[in-house]
Amino acid sequence: MAVPILKQSPYLIATIQSALSDADLLSLRDSLTEQVGRFRSRGVIVDVTALDVLDSFASRTLRDIAYMVRLRGAETVIVGIQPEVAFAMVQLGITLEDVATALDLEEGLAYLGKK
Amino acid sequence: MKEADEKDLLRELVAHLRQHRTELREEWARRITDAKLLTAMSREEIFAEATSVYNNYVETLETGTLETLHAYARNLSERIIPRGVETHEVVGIVLLLRDVLARSLFAKYQSDFKLLNRVLDAYEPAANRIANTVAVGFVQERERIIREQQEALRELSTPVLQVRERLLILPIIGVIDSQRARQLTEQLLRGIRANRARVVVIDITGVAAMDSSVANHLVLTVEASRLLGAAVIVTGLSPEIAQTLVKIGVNLGKMHTVGDLQGGIEEAERVLGYKVVPIAESSERA
Repeated sequence: MAVPILKQSPYLIATIQSALSDADLLSLRDSLTEQVGRFRSRGVIVDVTALDVLDSFASRTLRDIAYMVRLRGAETVIVGIQPEVAFAMVQLGITLEDVATALDLEEGLAYLGKK
Repeated sequence: MKEADEKDLLRELVAHLRQHRTELREEWARRITDAKLLTAMSREEIFAEATSVYNNYVETLETGTLETLHAYARNLSERIIPRGVETHEVVGIVLLLRDVLARSLFAKYQSDFKLLNRVLDAYEPAANRIANTVAVGFVQERERIIREQQEALRELSTPVLQVRERLLILPIIGVIDSQRARQLTEQLLRGIRANRARVVVIDITGVAAMDSSVANHLVLTVEASRLLGAAVIVTGLSPEIAQTLVKIGVNLGKMHTVGDLQGGIEEAERVLGYKVVPIAESSERA
């Protein structure tokens, strides 16, 4: 299932709505890195509120997206990580270091607005 | 044949115990006082309990079913545990009753040794089952109470408090084992979501020491909170805990620590963009 990417003034918002296959994740990565340049976006928000599992491949891909988007000149915020998911991730040693995180979409937008 | 025989004997026995109820009960109550059991209760209370235990005991011997006795033992335990009655006292009084009754049987059948043997064959297993049931009932009740109290203690000991819009504090007091650490984390992460917290101050002034697995857990909690978008400030680290954290090689870049709770809250306010000034000073400026 492809992830819809919305353009909202200078930001791109990708809301993941159900569990994704590895291929879906890679296509999300490709679309975001491509569109961030095309729309000259300043920020990208990836909303994972709907996910109750985030495996190591998904976490790594999210981190890669953040790094690639930074190289393309924008900032990424991951929003809506569930409490259980967060703890499971850190137990696996996935801490998304140097990637910004926020509670939800609203907080993510506020964070990007302050940049 | 043998079974029917045993039943007859039991019936005879029960009739005997009913008939001599008053003196046997008094004898028992006296032995309880002599043995200094149930010291938390008054003589009248002991006598009242003794009466109902005696009746239940004889009834159980008669019917052979343990359900009523089990329920009674639970009920009795519920009443006497809060008064500080110990396990050895409860087991002690039941064994005393068993002894008192056995002695009266010895006295009754002492002329016929064979019959006495058969009477004891019928009496002993039933009496053992009764003692067992009462003791188990008491211990079960005790364990239930302990479990309930542990549960209550856990709930009480992990408050997640909001002190300002988007600022939570989590004061931790006492010993943290890995189970409590897990629970603290769970409550904190849920609290962050529910209160939309941006900063959390975890105060561990009240924690004297922690082992390395709990210290590791603390680090995981800090990282998980960040994934939810909340910054964590840890305050009140004792020298021992500081040493533990350094020994396990915590990346101090990830841990934001401040000396005490007051400093932690001030730091959190700064992060949130608050500035606290005395009223006089702020009105002067206005």
